[in-house]
Amino acid sequence: MFYREAGQFKASYAADQSIFPIAQDRFGVLVILAVAFVFVPLVANEYWLRSILTPFLIFSLAALGLNILTGYAGQLSLGTAGFMAVGAFAAYNLQIRIPEIPFILDFVLAGLIAAAVGILFGLPSLRIKGFYLAVATLAAQFFLEWLFTRVGWFTNYSSSGVITAPPMVMFGFEFSGAQSRYLLTLSIVAVLALAAKNMVRSEIGRAWMAVRDMDVAAEVIGIRLLHTKLLAFAVSSFYCGIAGALWAYVYLGTVEPQAFDIFRSFEILFMIIIGGLGSILGSFLGAAFIVLLPIVLNNVSSIFAGGTLSAHTLSHLELVIFGSLIIFFLIVEPAGLARLWQIAKEKFRLWPFPY
Amino acid sequence: MAFDWLFFLEVLIAGLLSGAMYSLVALGFVLIFKASGVFNFAQGAMVLLAALTFVRLVEMGAPLWLAGVSTLMVMVVLAMLVERLVLRQLVNQAPIILFMASIGLNFFIEGTAQGVWDSDVHALDLGVPDLPIDVFGMLISQFDIFAAAMVAALVVVLAVFFQKTRIGRALRAVADDHQAALSVGIPLQTIWVVVWSVAGVVALVAGLVWGSKLGVQFSISLVALKALPVLILGGFTSVPGAIIGGLIIGAGEKLAEVFIGPFVGGAIESWFPYMLAMVFLLFRPQGLFGEKIIERV
Repeated sequence: MFYREAGQFKASYAADQSIFPIAQDRFGVLVILAVAFVFVPLVANEYWLRSILTPFLIFSLAALGLNILTGYAGQLSLGTAGFMAVGAFAAYNLQIRIPEIPFILDFVLAGLIAAAVGILFGLPSLRIKGFYLAVATLAAQFFLEWLFTRVGWFTNYSSSGVITAPPMVMFGFEFSGAQSRYLLTLSIVAVLALAAKNMVRSEIGRAWMAVRDMDVAAEVIGIRLLHTKLLAFAVSSFYCGIAGALWAYVYLGTVEPQAFDIFRSFEILFMIIIGGLGSILGSFLGAAFIVLLPIVLNNVSSIFAGGTLSAHTLSHLELVIFGSLIIFFLIVEPAGLARLWQIAKEKFRLWPFPY
Repeated sequence: MAFDWLFFLEVLIAGLLSGAMYSLVALGFVLIFKASGVFNFAQGAMVLLAALTFVRLVEMGAPLWLAGVSTLMVMVVLAMLVERLVLRQLVNQAPIILFMASIGLNFFIEGTAQGVWDSDVHALDLGVPDLPIDVFGMLISQFDIFAAAMVAALVVVLAVFFQKTRIGRALRAVADDHQAALSVGIPLQTIWVVVWSVAGVVALVAGLVWGSKLGVQFSISLVALKALPVLILGGFTSVPGAIIGGLIIGAGEKLAEVFIGPFVGGAIESWFPYMLAMVFLLFRPQGLFGEKIIERV
């Protein structure tokens, strides 16, 4: 009754093409942004900001990147963490070798480098499809992990193979506290999410979806496959690269190549499947689910079994529960959390009337 | 410096033999992919479960044959549970959903296996020492030969099972066309249980071979990652492909490690097989023996 489009007339082309055509949606998004930018930093304590919200935002960004590639363009990739590693190590190397560049520009350049690497590993997608492509992208994952572990130049010949991010300073202000880092991450993620939302509604996004649904048919109606697929790889890797740079600079501070192993890739793939393939909102929901689930499991299991079970048994139990929950979710709602939200919205339109 | 052909041959044979062990894991993937269309990421976890169950039973004093039979029963029960609780619920879903479910299953089996037994390293002794023997001046591991022989025996048994038995024929029918198989009265759900059980048997053999080589521990579930390039090289749906692919990957990997590795920093084993498979796929996208891809609009 309250959430519906009735009576909202579009008088201009701009209004017709707006991202959120319904006033309630616009209002809701503004409220969420206001809460995230103003309310959360005031209320949340250091632990929440540093260990839960910041990684959640970074994961959302990576999930967004993978969702563009897999959810919109239909190219299954298992190399996400590899591209994140490229971003992290590119940002690090740029900053220690050319310290004059401000770090925000660093991040963008790191994203562009990741995009270039993404294009390189996206080339096989022209010939290889489906699971064959997924396994082929594992080549990127393992090769990049190996490269950053073995070739000393990338870690500036640090003996432990670990890089330590230099401090982030802009206009004399150092981003060192949990709050400022959270706000920095939030701003970057908000801007990129907006860009992604616009991209998938534009010609580019439509071309991606056409390729996803059937690439031969897309080619027939005049979409350039090479161009479209490689663009998807580039944009996706750009997002993942920036997520990787944030992961190294904002979240961890010190990072080793093993932080970007294949299980990180799987984790991000889980996020987009549970959140919803081909949905911007789904990337965020999925990231929240995967970040929060282990924490919840950990707390619940320590409440119920605190002291009676060994740490080993607990960690195995968590694996079992995590696995079962994933299967359960796939059975109940294979289209993901974003689909649940859509169903809820449909219900809201009619509420409180039955039809 | 003259090229040392003998050494080259020695590395090649060692590579081929270890490749046979990769194909063992790849076989399990192929069986399940053919019959139920699931890209079963949990195969590695199944190898771990089988090996752990076996080794713990042996440690408790069970004779080898009893431990083997009990482990087989565990794998059959697992197959039934998977069919009932996962596959049946996810009928007609997109392949990527099934793939994800198998990753969930992977976590589940890993957690259960290590929770019920434990996560220590166990030595497994099948009575074949891992000693090199001298063949025409080349040193070849006795155990690797034994493992390769096991693989060959398993392939023969599987081939006979698929070609000659009633169930085997039904399995091939299902692999060819689910709907046609259903319409001539083949019970799909029974077939899935059988196929996952057969994959469980393959996992047991793989677990025994890998377990006695590396020790039974968590890391043997990672051999599944080694089987993936084998799989795309050979084609997802081809049993001979899994064998040949395994041999190519094993040999290529060892040769690259020994002859190229030192120039680029070593340890290229982790990614070389993938690159090899990827470059190969560029020329033949359906793998060595995969079904020809025909695309219609």
